[in-house]
Amino acid sequence: MKIAVCIKQVVSREWQVRVNDHKTWVRDQDAAWELNEPDAYALEEALRLKEKHGGEVIVVSAGPARVSQVIREALARGADRAIHVDGDHLATADAFAAADALAAAIKDEACDLVLTGLQSDDQGFAQVGVILAERLGMAHSTIIMEVQIDGTTLKVKRELEGGWFQWISMPLPAVLTIQSGINQLRYATLKGIMAAKKKEVRVVPAPAAAAARQRIVSIYVPEKTKATRLIDGTPAEAAAELVRVLRDEARVF
Amino acid sequence: MMFVIAEQKDGVLNRASWEVVAAAQQMGGPVTIVVPGATVSGPAGELAAADVAGVIALEHEALGVYTPDGFVAALAALVAAENPTHVVLPHTYQTRDFAPKLAARLNAPLAADCVAHKAAEGAHVYVRLMFQGKVNADVVLEGAGPHIVTFQIGAFRIDAVKKGSAPVAVRQVAAQVDASAIRQKPDAPFREAKQAVDLTQAERIVSVGRGIKGPEHLELAKQLAEALNAELAASRPICDAGWLPMERQVGSSGQTVAPKLYLALGISGAIQHVVGMKGTRTIVAINKDAEAPIFEIADYGIVGDLFEVVPAMITALKQ
Repeated sequence: MKIAVCIKQVVSREWQVRVNDHKTWVRDQDAAWELNEPDAYALEEALRLKEKHGGEVIVVSAGPARVSQVIREALARGADRAIHVDGDHLATADAFAAADALAAAIKDEACDLVLTGLQSDDQGFAQVGVILAERLGMAHSTIIMEVQIDGTTLKVKRELEGGWFQWISMPLPAVLTIQSGINQLRYATLKGIMAAKKKEVRVVPAPAAAAARQRIVSIYVPEKTKATRLIDGTPAEAAAELVRVLRDEARVF
Repeated sequence: MMFVIAEQKDGVLNRASWEVVAAAQQMGGPVTIVVPGATVSGPAGELAAADVAGVIALEHEALGVYTPDGFVAALAALVAAENPTHVVLPHTYQTRDFAPKLAARLNAPLAADCVAHKAAEGAHVYVRLMFQGKVNADVVLEGAGPHIVTFQIGAFRIDAVKKGSAPVAVRQVAAQVDASAIRQKPDAPFREAKQAVDLTQAERIVSVGRGIKGPEHLELAKQLAEALNAELAASRPICDAGWLPMERQVGSSGQTVAPKLYLALGISGAIQHVVGMKGTRTIVAINKDAEAPIFEIADYGIVGDLFEVVPAMITALKQ
C-alpha cells in the first residue's frame, strides 16, 4: 500500500496574527510555524495504515523553502520519504494552485491512497483535498473519522452534522480528508529524528501558476459591531430583567 | 441568472437552504433554486414561495442518497446547460464534500464558508474568516465559469427571504447521471450516542464553559435549559473532560449553530468557540470576568456569578 500524505506548514496557533501594511497578508516574517493540525492526524492515520497493511508513506508539501521544517518533522514521525513542491507563491496560493502543485507531484507515484487534513488553520479553504481528487481522477470522501481497508476496497466513517456518521465504501485509489481527533498523535522519537536525516526529500519546482481564481482584496481585524447591553443589579434583579428583555425585546421565547 | 442549490434529505428541506436564498436575493439575482434528489416535489414546492425566477427539481433515482460523484455529475451537466453566473450553496457538510469537486470539474472559482457579501464597484466581494477567525478577508473570485460561493450557516437570516406574491413554477429536469459511475456506496447514517442531538437545528441553546467548574454543576444548566426549552451545549474543554458528550460541543471542532438564543454560561469566548455560534440572533453572556471576550459579541450580558444568576433566572422563568 502506497500512501501519500499532503501536509501544510501554517503559522502556529499561539502566534499573534498581525496584518501587513498593505492589508494583503499577515506579517509572518517573524511568525512561529507548525504542522497544520488536521494534517498531523492525516499523517498519523497513514502511519497506522502502513503498520497494518505494509507499504510506504510519502509526505508531500507545497510551499516555500521554510516548509522543509514540517517535512523533517513528518519524516521523524515515521514517513518514508518526501516530496517538496517548491514555490514562493504557494505561501499565499488559492486552493486550485495548491491542489495543482500537489497533483503534479503525486500523479506519477501510483498511490493507492492520498490523505490530507480536512482544512488548514490559515486560509481554511477546505477545498484542496477534494480538488486534488478530481485532478487525479480518484474517488474521495471528506471529514473522515475511521479508515478500513480490505483488499482493494476502502470503507470510511464520515462525520455528518449533529452527531451523525455514515460508513461509505469506495474503490481504491482514493483521496480522503481527515478530521482532527481520528486517532492519537505520536511524537517523533530521538531515533526517528536521527533516521529522518537519511531519508530522501525530493525537491521539485512548482508547476507554472495558473491565473489566481481567488484574490484577497484586504485582510483586517473584525470590528466589534455589537453594543452589549450590560444588565446591573443584584443577581435576582439582573436575572429578572434579563428574562424580561429576552421575552419582550429580543423575543427569543 | 444565479443558481441556489438547496439541500434536502428524504423530502425534508435543510433550513440553511432558505438562508442562501436570502443571500442570492441580496446579491442581486435573478435566482433559480435547484433542488437535487430522487423525488423532491415537496421541498421544491416549499421553495417556490420565494420571490425567485423559478425552481428546478433536479431528479434522478441515483440522487436519492447523496454521493459526491452523483451530485457533481448532475450539477455540472445542469450548469453547462443553463449557464448561471453564480452558484450559491449553504456551507453544510454535504456541500463541503462536493462543492470543490464541482468547481474543479467546471474549472470555476469557489469561495467557501463565506460569512457576508458586499457589492463594491460592480464586483461581488465575499468575506471569509482566516487564521482561525482572528482576521477577516475580503476576497473576489476571478476567471471564467460560474462563480461558486458557499455561505456559513447563520450568515444570512431566513426571515430576510423575500416571498413572491404567488408560487413560481417548479420545472422538473431529469438529471444526467450515470449511476454505474458513482464510486461511493454509502450506508445509512447513524448516531453513536443514544440521545444524540442536532444542535444545528436548535432554536435556543444554553451553553456551558469552564466557569461551570465541575460536572456536578451541570444540573443547574440543565434546569435553565429546560425552563427555556433549550438544548444544552458546551465549549471544548467541557467535552474534552468528558462532562458532556462531544456531540454537544459548539465551536470550530464541534457544531456550528445559529439559534435564536445562545446563552453562554461561564464561557470566556475563545475564537475557536465563537466561530461556532456567532451566527446566533441573540447572544447572552453570564460571566464573572468583565474582560472576557464573550462580552465583545454578546447582545446582553450580566457580569456576575452564574451560580447566583442562573437559579434566579430559573425562578423568574417559572413565574
